[in-house]
Amino acid sequence: MATTAQPEIGGYGKSVRRKEDPRFLQGKGTYIDDVVLPDMLHMDIVRSPYAHARILKIDPSAALATPGVLAVITGKDLEAAGLAWMPTLMSDTQMVLPVEKVVYQAQEVAAVIATDRYTAADGVLGVDVDYEPLPAVVDPFKALEPGSPLVRPDKGKDTNHIWHWEAGDKAATDKVFAEADVVVEQDLYIPRIHVASIETCGCVASVDPISGKLTIWMTTQAPHAIRTVFSLVSGIPEHKIRVISPDIGGGFGGKVPVYPGYVIAVVAALTTGKPVKWIEDRSENLQADSFARDYHIHAELAATKEGKIRGMRVKTLADHGAADAAANPSKFPAGLFSICTGSYDMEAAHVEVDAAYTTKPPGGVAYRCSFRVTEAVHTIERLVDRLAGRLGIDPAELRYQNFIPKEAFPYHSPTGWEYDSGDYKLALDTALEQIGYADLRKEQAEKRARGELMGIGISTFTEIVGAGPSHTFDILGIKMFDSAEIRVHPTGSAIVRIGVQTQGQGHETTFAQIVADELGLPVDNIVVEHGDTDTAPYGLGTYASRSTPTAGAATAVAARKIREKARHIAAHLLECNPDDLEWVDHTFRVKGVPDKAKSMTEIAFAAYTNHPQGMEAGLEAVNYYDPPNLTFPFGAYVCVVDIDPGTGVVKIRRFLAIDDCGTVINPMIVEGQVHGGLTMGMAPSLLEEITYDEDGNMQGGTLMDYLLPTSMETPSWESDRTCTPSPHHPFGAKGVGESPTVGAPPAIANAVVDALSHLGVTHIDIPITPWKVHKLLVEAGVAR
Amino acid sequence: MDTVPVTITINGAERTASVEPRTLLVHYIREHLRLTGTHIGCDTTSCGACTVLLDGTPIKSCTMFAVQANGRSVTTVEGLGSPTHLHPIQEGFYAKHGLQCGYCTPGMMLVAKALLDRNPDPTELEIREAISGNLCRCTGYVNIVRAVEHAADAMRQAASEPAVAGGN
Repeated sequence: MATTAQPEIGGYGKSVRRKEDPRFLQGKGTYIDDVVLPDMLHMDIVRSPYAHARILKIDPSAALATPGVLAVITGKDLEAAGLAWMPTLMSDTQMVLPVEKVVYQAQEVAAVIATDRYTAADGVLGVDVDYEPLPAVVDPFKALEPGSPLVRPDKGKDTNHIWHWEAGDKAATDKVFAEADVVVEQDLYIPRIHVASIETCGCVASVDPISGKLTIWMTTQAPHAIRTVFSLVSGIPEHKIRVISPDIGGGFGGKVPVYPGYVIAVVAALTTGKPVKWIEDRSENLQADSFARDYHIHAELAATKEGKIRGMRVKTLADHGAADAAANPSKFPAGLFSICTGSYDMEAAHVEVDAAYTTKPPGGVAYRCSFRVTEAVHTIERLVDRLAGRLGIDPAELRYQNFIPKEAFPYHSPTGWEYDSGDYKLALDTALEQIGYADLRKEQAEKRARGELMGIGISTFTEIVGAGPSHTFDILGIKMFDSAEIRVHPTGSAIVRIGVQTQGQGHETTFAQIVADELGLPVDNIVVEHGDTDTAPYGLGTYASRSTPTAGAATAVAARKIREKARHIAAHLLECNPDDLEWVDHTFRVKGVPDKAKSMTEIAFAAYTNHPQGMEAGLEAVNYYDPPNLTFPFGAYVCVVDIDPGTGVVKIRRFLAIDDCGTVINPMIVEGQVHGGLTMGMAPSLLEEITYDEDGNMQGGTLMDYLLPTSMETPSWESDRTCTPSPHHPFGAKGVGESPTVGAPPAIANAVVDALSHLGVTHIDIPITPWKVHKLLVEAGVAR
Repeated sequence: MDTVPVTITINGAERTASVEPRTLLVHYIREHLRLTGTHIGCDTTSCGACTVLLDGTPIKSCTMFAVQANGRSVTTVEGLGSPTHLHPIQEGFYAKHGLQCGYCTPGMMLVAKALLDRNPDPTELEIREAISGNLCRCTGYVNIVRAVEHAADAMRQAASEPAVAGGN
């Protein structure tokens, strides 16, 4: 059927320009601080200068005497309302405002409500707090020693130990280790870091005086879950709470938790009857918001003398600060750390994690990483290189020798995961060929002979994302399905509402592309909405690379429901049997008579104007997708570094990332995700770390001290893909946002260690700072 | 607190507002002029989300008082292009996927504009140096560099072509 030129469908695999960009490019996004309501008040927070101290007295009189200051809220006010404590997403408890003592530096102590932000800040200076300092608990190992000061006496236990968790088979693993020819072991510290999205956290809370409905605009990656938690904690019926996540200036996991500031702002709005805005400044964000990582790991690998890996044993101490405020699925207190056997087939593995309270901010959330996978991948990828070094086998060769072969999928790992699909050899082949591995090794040998320091590092990681199947995955009991709702309008355009929420990933574009491809409607005619709990279907939000595996799947399934109804309408219009129609080139065509066809636009019009008798009018569908399994993206990364022997500065000369995330919706966006993820993989490898002094003072609570990568440190990333679709996802996608954050650190660390291996260096903890490297060079007598 | 009138030519139009002397330029722009494309990310002149052009030079408006800009000319992202005619730098960021969450983007585009105004054909290193005071947490900078290169090409091409006037 000849028709006039149709607009581009823009479906799977098309680098469609982003629909969200025009508003951002013109400065017309609506981020949290852009939300302004009539008569809005401002909140600022009084914070503790001590890591651990008893509160003797809070005197707000000077603040209250400041013109424009309307109220000061303390823990006692909240206690009276039963809101001094709140649950964390890990079913621990956390103070909203303290009544008796503070347990970390910069903890919220009181809140000042004023007519504008400057006056609120003046008010903070007028709140006089008397503290009696208590001993800080900084080292998690010492925290677990008998007699350590207790961080959380409210728990009613005589210890700072929080939980113990295990995966795998201990007896089988111990047996493998007892029989092994070779065992390598390594202590690794994966340091405490902060996502430091460029937009800090904040909210505007407003109560409608007539209906009593509470609306909270907030920087959240999970608006529906937040609404439910607010309802359960406050007793406000859930239909009288609306959470709106506006444009978000970066999330990366840091905007999943509920921070005290959000709750206090809601209380302030309820008590003053006026809208209240709270916006963190950068130091508050870095010092008090949830951190990531902080895992002290001891790991061992058992192997044959030929290099066949047989088993892995890991013991870890997790420093959670003053509360377990991670955002993991509830059955996984250490997240998906048990993915630590990685891309390698082995007989047995056993993983143990213990968690401790310390007097540091509560955590730990992800840092663009799906539930502790970075820690796991760093562990196995460093150990494989340690084993290669011990046996004198090339690290690429050792990996080939131990990869799970592609025929072995679905693969059952010794810690209980079922990997969906993979072709690790193809990914590494591609990486080594594109980077010219053999030539690089030759160049390295020549340089080493001249005393120059060059290293090549490999990482062949397996990710685990898309949480998750409801039989195993929930957060606070809410199952981790996700959702989509599609309505096709009579003239062939559509609105899609999804349960996940974008913070820059481009959902308004990619989810429209899914519908475009599945329904054959031009992507330009599809609008995507998200982030408003009054309009979007219920979902668990965007983090842990779960959007495409869960809500993306829901979108495809909902679209296919619509397509099935459309088939019946098309049959009615073409006066044929629905079974006689086939979906070809985004059109229903009569089998054998392809010119007899109906486009989705024609069908949509008929759905409202000429639908078959007995059929419901309209063309819409909802799907709540419960994934049958997680997805397992993977990749092969190669990093080439040069080290300055005078300064110890590591320069990444080349970095090639071969990612396999299954079917790709938008290659341009995937490449952008990879670039960004690699940069957030490099950051903690070379630059970022949060440290505390012995009194629990955070060292470096501004961006002058906490070093985010700039354009000067960040290399020109090279990236490419292989494609091994997920067999269980409706269109084969796996998720990609965090693969590079997970895969990059060991490639970088392995490259640095490789550059120094001839000096006897076998391991360096990240961040690999010039100081650490230079110290090694001095010790080896090669510093210039 | 007493206020003082501050007059700034913003995106070509003269605007006056009475503000406290301690009012930061970024708050003057965002809250008194209601131009919210200029963002705040750090308070310590580190991140560049608040970058605007002051008489054509990029400055970080979170560490300048509004009164210091009195009588001067400020360009914000709202002055770059229009909904129907994106500036070539905006077009470059759009075409090359130079933005993700969009929060750093206004500042990035303004330092790019200052760069291209003085150096129409910058090298990759010159672009990286120009944007090195502006942090992006999403893109890894590669596509921002490509976006600026794309804009530079377009602007040079436009400059080399004779202007096409209506009656020509």
